[in-house]
Amino acid sequence: MSKKSSRNLVLGLLFISPWLIGFVVFTIYPVIASFYYSFTEFSITTKPKFIGFGNFSRMLSDELFWKSLTNTLVYVVGLVPLGLIIALGISLLLNLRYLKGVPFFRAAIYLPSIVPAFAFSAVVTLFFHPYLGFVNTILSWFGINGPLWLSSEAWVKPTIIIAAQWGVGGAMLIFSAALKDIPVELYEAALIDGASKFTMFRKITLPLITPTIFYYLVTSTIGNMQIFDLPMLLTGGGPANASLSLGIYIYKHAFTYTNMGYASALAWILFSFILILTLLYFAFSKKWVFYLGNE
Amino acid sequence: MYGKAGLFTKLLVYFLLCIIALIYLMPFFWMFGTSLKADTELLEFPPKFFPAKPHFNNFAKAISKFPFWRYFLNTVIITVGNLIGVVISAPLVAYGFSKVNWKGRDFLFFVMLSTVMIPGAVTMVPTFLIFKNLGWLDTFLPLIVPSFLGGGAMNVFLIKQFFSTIPNEMIEAAKIDGANEWTIFRKIMVPLSKPVLALISLFTFIGSWNNYTGPLIYITSEEKYPLALGMPMFMNRYGTYWNQAMAAATLTFLPTLIFFLFAQKYLIEGIKLSGIKG
Repeated sequence: MSKKSSRNLVLGLLFISPWLIGFVVFTIYPVIASFYYSFTEFSITTKPKFIGFGNFSRMLSDELFWKSLTNTLVYVVGLVPLGLIIALGISLLLNLRYLKGVPFFRAAIYLPSIVPAFAFSAVVTLFFHPYLGFVNTILSWFGINGPLWLSSEAWVKPTIIIAAQWGVGGAMLIFSAALKDIPVELYEAALIDGASKFTMFRKITLPLITPTIFYYLVTSTIGNMQIFDLPMLLTGGGPANASLSLGIYIYKHAFTYTNMGYASALAWILFSFILILTLLYFAFSKKWVFYLGNE
Repeated sequence: MYGKAGLFTKLLVYFLLCIIALIYLMPFFWMFGTSLKADTELLEFPPKFFPAKPHFNNFAKAISKFPFWRYFLNTVIITVGNLIGVVISAPLVAYGFSKVNWKGRDFLFFVMLSTVMIPGAVTMVPTFLIFKNLGWLDTFLPLIVPSFLGGGAMNVFLIKQFFSTIPNEMIEAAKIDGANEWTIFRKIMVPLSKPVLALISLFTFIGSWNNYTGPLIYITSEEKYPLALGMPMFMNRYGTYWNQAMAAATLTFLPTLIFFLFAQKYLIEGIKLSGIKG
């Protein structure tokens, strides 16, 4: 190694040293430690005791684990496509050329997405309140007796999925940016060829935003697999564990029951699911994600 | 979308967008309306949007049960700590990953970006134990110190993207004039990067202000609660006093609203940028 390149190596490592320290202390070490803990019985007061696959076999007969896992998958299956349709739908409307007042509409739709979950959840609790809430008040105008929403085992997950749609602002902006990037010439050429609006959407708009859709699907799936704040704040996992997510279940084992070993094992199961889903997305991406040129 | 649109279509689109905007703001109108209701009006069915006479004393009642200013101050301390940490450390790391040529750089950068995939639940227990052994439980340190260690992969990524638009010739010229890397970083790169630093500050502000899991794990004493724990506690204890609960929620919502009014332009442009490149 030349003198210059070894000097640069030291220099480079020096500049990234804050991250390097953080990476070793708060990523590498915790990942290894939690992997080890997942094979132990470990409450905070005792030393970890190695029990092999004990935690994992315990999961097989742990009803709440299965319940929280299926709940989590229901959240993901509900939240990811619904968020895509709403965010993309709104951004398509806002992208209409003749539209005036875009900044106002965009701001109104974006604002709720940065309201903290701990404030928003209080608002949602009232908004969907069976007797005092806005939603059931509106429904009563049409003679509909609204459900109990968050207090109903059947409705609690749909309610949380609906409530989360107030947070689509970020995704909407990303889709808006992708739509703006589509070259106008493509539409002009299509117009000359007499293409209908639907054809233009299907043959131009949709293919050209597939990379953004792909980005949304991956990040939104990873994020929603870990759903915690909204169900924790709204219901704490209830009623009767109907809204319990894997994230909440892990948190409860770690800090309420101090089963740190079991919590770690559950966390690794969650991580495995995230990895598998991400790999699946990438494996199928070649079939439908379209890249225009190289850049 | 292109092509002509008739008057009817246009009206339909405006109508639709007004409805959507109304839906997105309605929970907050409902919150504010309820916060002004008298206790007796809470029992009316169907409930009204706004009370006949606004009862602003619900706010005073809420504050008497809920030390809003204390929680607010705690949240400010945590957020400012995070801002300082991110703004100091993220540009340093980004510089090391973009303007210094060293072996293994691109590989480590890839490693950094891949860590985003690791769920917080995996590292949660050992990280908690580290802070416990340091004696930092029930202090703000676990919520602040990590931000000094790199400032988050996405922030580093954004700054690195920005740095790559600054021509290397500028750096070479400074080197010929005898500047060392540290001077270049301090006197050229950081001053030129103000726009992206402003953007990551906005992201950091939102992330830290809205952080719920962190305080939930680390803060136990009520006098150290940030709003993230204070507001849910109010709901648990006094949630049936809907007018006061919504007064507390309105107070909790106000800082975000004020922040949004000042920052929305930069925020909206910034998210678009980070989204496309991300």
